[in-house]
Amino acid sequence: MTFIIFLGLSWHSLSQEVPKQTHPENITPEVIRGKEIWEENNCMGCHSIFGEGAYYAPELTKVYERQGEGMIKSILMSPVPWGPKGRKMVAYEMSEEDAKAMVEFFKWAGEVDLNGFPPEPDLKPEN
Amino acid sequence: MKYKSQKVAYLFFAFSMLLIVLQVIYGFIMGIDRIGFDEWFHDLIPFNAARATHTNLLVVWLLSGFMGAAYYIIPEESKCELISVKLAKLQFYSLAIVAVSAVIGYHFNWWEGRKFLEIPRPLDYLVVVNVLLFLGLILGTLWKAQQRTTTAMVLTMGLLFAALLYLPGMIWFDNQTMDSFFRWWVVHLWVEGVWELIMGGILAYLLIKITGVDREVIEKWLYVIIGLTFLSGVLGTGHHYYYIGTPKYWLIVGGIFSALEPLAFLGMALFAFAMYRKGEQNHPNKLALYWTLGCAVVSFVGAGLLGIAHTLPAVNMWTHGTLVTAMHGHLAFWGAYGMLVFAMIVYAMPELTGKNLFNTNRGQIAFWLANIGMIGMTTAFAAAGVAQVYLERKVGMNFMDAQNELEVHFIVLLGAASMFAAGIGFYVYEFIKFGPPRDEALIEATEEYKPITEN
Repeated sequence: MTFIIFLGLSWHSLSQEVPKQTHPENITPEVIRGKEIWEENNCMGCHSIFGEGAYYAPELTKVYERQGEGMIKSILMSPVPWGPKGRKMVAYEMSEEDAKAMVEFFKWAGEVDLNGFPPEPDLKPEN
Repeated sequence: MKYKSQKVAYLFFAFSMLLIVLQVIYGFIMGIDRIGFDEWFHDLIPFNAARATHTNLLVVWLLSGFMGAAYYIIPEESKCELISVKLAKLQFYSLAIVAVSAVIGYHFNWWEGRKFLEIPRPLDYLVVVNVLLFLGLILGTLWKAQQRTTTAMVLTMGLLFAALLYLPGMIWFDNQTMDSFFRWWVVHLWVEGVWELIMGGILAYLLIKITGVDREVIEKWLYVIIGLTFLSGVLGTGHHYYYIGTPKYWLIVGGIFSALEPLAFLGMALFAFAMYRKGEQNHPNKLALYWTLGCAVVSFVGAGLLGIAHTLPAVNMWTHGTLVTAMHGHLAFWGAYGMLVFAMIVYAMPELTGKNLFNTNRGQIAFWLANIGMIGMTTAFAAAGVAQVYLERKVGMNFMDAQNELEVHFIVLLGAASMFAAGIGFYVYEFIKFGPPRDEALIEATEEYKPITEN
């Protein structure tokens, strides 16, 4: 019984709602390439996206908004490990093309409607 | 031991022991990374390689333990030798080869990069073949057996569904949300669904053996637990669908059914203690009793209570993707599945070898050190997780600034982990002392068996 409800809700989510929230029309070949690179390098082994992954390095759902294209590219293309505040990242030395694909992937991810995640800090000191 | 083919379980148990030792070592590597010494390992074992290795070793040593348990339990429950020990050995060696190749591959950037399902695709196919062979042997044995007990059937159903549910994780999606959606079909429906059936089956078997309570009574409980598991666990998957690009109704569905999930674990804990109190048989293997009852209690706390502590949507909004998850994960896996495999091994080893090395001091120390150590680790993760939530999520501190504040909790974590590791060390030492199974340990199959009456 619960399994049937689960399958029904899953079907409804994937066919009706997920397309509205994730904008599949924006998943270009570059975004797909970005996702492939994301998986090939197990970025989730340190970072998280949509809050999923490991908790060793920053959440990247909104990284495009936070850091911008130039910064992301320079980190990914850098021949020396990135890590200004400790904890080295692997120096991936990506090509311009691959780094751009990653940027596109992050840009797409940042626009997905995640029901309010990540939340805005509500105890931020005013300064 | 009553059937010669049960001996094959030993290989799987030994492999579990090897892998848990490695898992603990990789845990230390990550802990040391986190207290600021990441330079030590970075070039050889970057954090993502250590993490994939740590979690995958866990999955494989648990599965190896379950498979060993099945090879041990099924012949005895169905009063029938395994249909082929040769094939069971082949299945063991192929499992070992796949697992070892995967772990080595992770160190050379060969993986899928999807949390918990990192095994590279070509090896996925081998996993499928391997599991089919395993299921073939178990189902074949049940097929030709004279009796099929509820305990054996529940265990087998759990293993069968676990195999089927591996498949959705192998589909490629361009959309990260869809990818994640089906990844949880594997991961969640395993650990909070069908693995609980395996757990119920193994617990029932151990309780029948240790407490001597009638099979009919124990198996009635088993039905209740399966009911509770499916009632809560399937729709409880919703708690992974709060914030990944899926609709808002999952917040309600996931919230309600996740809140019910502890019931299945509570059921198992009550069940274990009720049987213990009811049991008149004074089984000499007290350590097996410790691990069995311990498993029932720690799984309720770790999987049940600590699970609900952060699956309420309003809480999870803040804790999602933080170390709070690691807190729950560690005690849940240890309590529900780690301790279960340990209980099974501690019960089976004297039977397999005929050596009555029950209740040694080292065995007792292993139990207490491992458990107190793991509770300490969970507490350290909890402190770090809650601090992270406030600093990073609530106050808005930069990720690394917040992480640097958390370092002290990882020093505590490493201390507790050292205790845990010592406990595991004692346990493994005891295991090694038993040595391989011996034919002298075979006892008459009919000796202790009463015919099972259907009611």
